[in-house]
Amino acid sequence: MTATSSFGEIRKGVFPSMQKHTFADPTTQPFWDAARVGRLIVPCCTRCGTFRLPPYPICYACQSFDLEWVELTGLGTVYSYTVVHHPLHPDLVDAVPYLSAIVELDGTQGEGARMLANVIDCEPGEISIGSRVRIIFEHVNDDMSTPRFRLVRGDEK
Amino acid sequence: MSMKDQAAVVGVGATEYYRRGQSYPTESELSLVCKAILAALDDAGLKVQDIDGFALYASSFEPAEVAAALGVPEVRYTATTTGGGGASGASIGLAASAIHAGMATCVVTAYPVQQAKRRYGGSAVATDNGAQLTYGNAALGISSPYTGFSSNSGLLGPGHAAALIAQRHMYKYGTTREHFAEIAISTRDNASRRPKALKKSPLTLDDYFNARMIAEPLCLLDFTLETDGCVAAITVSAERAKDLRHPPVYVMGSAHGGPGRTGPLNWKWLQMAEDDLVSSGSRYPAKRMYEMAGVGPEDVDVALIYDNFAPMVLMQLEDFGFCPKGEGGPFVADGNIRWKTGSIPVNTHGGNLSEAYLLGMSHIMEAVEQLRGTAVNQVDGAEIALVTGGTSLLPMGGTLLRK
Repeated sequence: MTATSSFGEIRKGVFPSMQKHTFADPTTQPFWDAARVGRLIVPCCTRCGTFRLPPYPICYACQSFDLEWVELTGLGTVYSYTVVHHPLHPDLVDAVPYLSAIVELDGTQGEGARMLANVIDCEPGEISIGSRVRIIFEHVNDDMSTPRFRLVRGDEK
Repeated sequence: MSMKDQAAVVGVGATEYYRRGQSYPTESELSLVCKAILAALDDAGLKVQDIDGFALYASSFEPAEVAAALGVPEVRYTATTTGGGGASGASIGLAASAIHAGMATCVVTAYPVQQAKRRYGGSAVATDNGAQLTYGNAALGISSPYTGFSSNSGLLGPGHAAALIAQRHMYKYGTTREHFAEIAISTRDNASRRPKALKKSPLTLDDYFNARMIAEPLCLLDFTLETDGCVAAITVSAERAKDLRHPPVYVMGSAHGGPGRTGPLNWKWLQMAEDDLVSSGSRYPAKRMYEMAGVGPEDVDVALIYDNFAPMVLMQLEDFGFCPKGEGGPFVADGNIRWKTGSIPVNTHGGNLSEAYLLGMSHIMEAVEQLRGTAVNQVDGAEIALVTGGTSLLPMGGTLLRK
């Protein structure tokens, strides 16, 4: 089901990309540059190896400003999730229910590099803590590409 | 020297409580806060001319404006804890610290709420395409380089963060929705005897499970009410408190703070170690508060626990030491938070869930009434009351008051 609204096209289960600009700064811009071409890169401290998101300029574990951008597989595990039933805006009435989750990314230490995203193409009963998911990026415009996740199904796991 | 017992709350006052938006157009935010402050001064036996300080939380109002409107002759102290409602209980500690330090003598704490034009807790992100979500804390991050990492996730409000934490608590500890229901039901039972409460009709477990789902696992009855109104409290030195209208309610201990990785917006606290994340965030300030007061949770007679969401009451019961971590569910299921029969009666005034949502100020007022012995749902022989704030962005915290 689709409908149009002040947020653009509305599809059940998909939270619309209401923020259309990244407002990027020097330490967040590389994430969005990679997102635009469908790649997930995350800052990792070159001194101690700690991943961090959002990309703050400094490592919270060792206070180093030195970082490298590491490309991840985009696979992850649902740490927690909620099924949102109540639309926070009247124009979102056709988007609910939608699923949003905290995802721990493969290849990181988990804590400190969790992502928050809408999980799409997934019925509420299909998700649980521990579900395997894969990232996709929705192209919004040349600035913003919204990260979302889909369940990893069948032998993809 | 610690500030323990060096200051006392001597006056509390409130306006009428209104459902969201109903105070407009007869009241303004400024009229609400002035009325509550005058009521608190009257309760104390003090005058506007006595006020010289403002100790607030979450920048609840602009002291310059209120002092000018009220006619306060000289302002000597203005401060607010940062963040949101997390430090509501601890704001009395801020007032006490100013008095103990000699920087002020008569300090106001208050939080006016009028939601006709803005609405609390709806969204921390406004859009930039003209379809602005008008509720909530748009100013907290519309143009931050970090909002893009969460705003399109659909996780917009504090309730969504609470839902994620509650879900993980259920997974990790076996907590159930029946446990959350007991908090909603017991709080409503307390409100049912309160003339001012906005929700008085008793709740059953069926009512809870039939309530509409907002963000799983949280249903409507897990959420705070939305209210207009104001509650104010007046804090003075212990010495001065002796000669005022009511017996003093002393500030035994107070602390605010939390895990350093809590983060500035609700969802950034989701980047913490699990023991901090699956919690109310109050464990660290709770420990310091008890140390300052020289008492423990077993000494507390009544607990006024900030209930923006029912699961956060459960987690605060753990973090303030009333039960071990992870055992909040069975603890409430055993009847421990019930008025009259429980080991630690909670939110005897009906809380944010059923009486009114004044961002924690009504909890301070109830603590004072309990310790004066004048509460509607009086806990027999109450000598020590806990008032907490949160769960929100950092800081969280609490204050211990005694008669």
